Amino acid sequence: MNVYGWVFMLASCGFVISLTVFCYWRVLRTPGTLEHMHAPLDIDTHDADT
Amino acid sequence: MGVILAVAGSAVGLGNFLRFPGQAAMNGGGIFMIPYFISLVLLGIPICWMEWTMGRYGGSRGFNSAPGIFSVMWRNPVSKYFGALALIVPVGIYMYYVYIEAWCLAYAWDYLTGAMVRLPADVEAYKDHFAGFVGTGYNGFLLRSTGGLQESVLFLIIVFVINFVFIYRGLTRGIELFCKFAMPVLMLFAGIVLVRVLTLGTPDPARPEANVVNALGFMWTPTIPIRHGWKQTAGPELEGFRPAGESAEVEIPDSFPIPQELVFESMTRGGLKSVREVFRVRVSADGAAGETEDGVTIISARPGQTVRLSVDPATPASIRAQPLWAGLADPQLWLAAAGQIFFTLSVGFGIILNYASYLRRNDDVVLSGLTASSTNEFCEVCLGGLITIPAAFLFLTAADLTPAVLQSGFKLGFVALPAVFARMPAGSLFGAVWFFMLFVAAITSSLSMLQPAIAFLEEGFGMGRRLSVTCLGMLTAIGSLLVVYFSKDLIALSVMDFWIGTVCIFLLAMVQSIVVGWLFGIERVKEECRRGAAMRVPDVVWFVMKYVTPTYLLIVFVCWCYNNIPAEIAGIRAMRAEDRGTVLLMLAFIGVLLVFFSLLVNLAAARWRAQGRLAGADASRAPLADPEARP
Repeated sequence: MNVYGWVFMLASCGFVISLTVFCYWRVLRTPGTLEHMHAPLDIDTHDADT
Repeated sequence: MGVILAVAGSAVGLGNFLRFPGQAAMNGGGIFMIPYFISLVLLGIPICWMEWTMGRYGGSRGFNSAPGIFSVMWRNPVSKYFGALALIVPVGIYMYYVYIEAWCLAYAWDYLTGAMVRLPADVEAYKDHFAGFVGTGYNGFLLRSTGGLQESVLFLIIVFVINFVFIYRGLTRGIELFCKFAMPVLMLFAGIVLVRVLTLGTPDPARPEANVVNALGFMWTPTIPIRHGWKQTAGPELEGFRPAGESAEVEIPDSFPIPQELVFESMTRGGLKSVREVFRVRVSADGAAGETEDGVTIISARPGQTVRLSVDPATPASIRAQPLWAGLADPQLWLAAAGQIFFTLSVGFGIILNYASYLRRNDDVVLSGLTASSTNEFCEVCLGGLITIPAAFLFLTAADLTPAVLQSGFKLGFVALPAVFARMPAGSLFGAVWFFMLFVAAITSSLSMLQPAIAFLEEGFGMGRRLSVTCLGMLTAIGSLLVVYFSKDLIALSVMDFWIGTVCIFLLAMVQSIVVGWLFGIERVKEECRRGAAMRVPDVVWFVMKYVTPTYLLIVFVCWCYNNIPAEIAGIRAMRAEDRGTVLLMLAFIGVLLVFFSLLVNLAAARWRAQGRLAGADASRAPLADPEARP
């Protein structure tokens, strides 16, 4: 792997890890965030019994 | 913690571990990451936020399904039909996605039981195994053969049942619980495989060049991507003309009229340079050896012979001699990057739109969307990008990692990687772990794919969840059966993936960005998006949403159509009659789906009008489901 390969690999992984760490840091550090945060798989569709 | 796991679970899918590594390696390695991250910032994240915002707004106006949401965002009689696209995309993708999911589970099972270990450790053996497993030899292979159900069909039934048990029971009862267990398992397994691959060193001392550093270099070193295009320019059109990268095969029928001259052209493009080569195939009774005259390769052949045309080996070298930045001038590179972003973030699928409609008015959409996107990117770039291709490079030869293998996630995942595990110490264990991980990644995606259509049947026709799930179960079973039955060369699956999994996704994303940015109004989007947001959205994002995203999408879509649709049509025309029949049948099936869902939307809209839900042009007059009252 040449130097450009190392640069692209480290920059790509670095960018993605930084973005992920930033997001989870915001989620965990901001009070009340988890109560208002959702993902498709945890959203209640209110139709389970029908 | 459950929410974080669900965010991660929703984000991870097969695209992270199979599609991304192949796309990156095929499209210039490191250089692919430039348009990839630009697409993430200008398309992926803004559209993701748009979908969350649209969904939550529609939900606050009493609609959970895309046709209803489109109707309240753009008060126009045609708007609801665009919403039909957001139903067809996830339902259509589900039809073949569960089948691929079944392959993953079946391979994991075969590794556990030792069935895979008994195969010889070369790519050809796994190619044959995969061909037999999915029945690429001829249509109906999987259902026609004697000795009971084929393994892939059996696992399809198992996976179908697993999916439907979870979907039938509803989200909070099954899926969240599943995610709490599945996500840590997936991350743990991915971590184990990553550590194993990165600590392999030089597995074969006889091939010192096949070491971890070079393997990472194969994936990440930036190069100018080279594209090959072939066409026939003169002579009677042949069914047996099969272009494949830098070579093409011409099968001349026995009954071919002689003497005759066929002319073919290859166009090799890369960066700012393109090289055209001409091949004249002279068909006569006494075919003689080939020759070259003034840059034109002349080949003599006889009827019944298969001729191989190959690009001059000096051509790719001359293209790679350009400066590296020239590679960014390749439109296909940008199209591939944008397509990967769509696929991986599930934007343009209609799924986020639906789920966001169940949020409360003050729930966050900004940080939720960004966290899901970043988690997905972590799995894709840091896990998928460091495992799949490097592992394949370490154990296979360059001849095994052809563009055809890299381009096809199936060949990479189900042919090349099993050959890797066969040569790896404790490969059986790692094979089982890897394919089970893929299964988990796939099922966390497929579980959410039917909810948009379930919500539509519920609110459009007053059906209960269980009845909706049963109806959709039958519909998707028909689609899956078509994909399974027309197994030859996986043509039916490819047609569904191309027209629904690619074309419709682009269309839906484009429609959404225009509706949000121009018809609903960016000021209202800004107000809606900021409500309850756990982080501030930079002001430049609104400019990007209104101007850059639709323009970028339009350019990408037009270029994409220009590059792919004619090639796709030419490919269909060049097929054998049976294969062409399969393609036309699947296109007809997609057409029937389009008409069927459009009719359902029409009927649902009539019902909504009768209930007064669509009355008036003012969204505020629509009866509201009290968003604050939502639990």
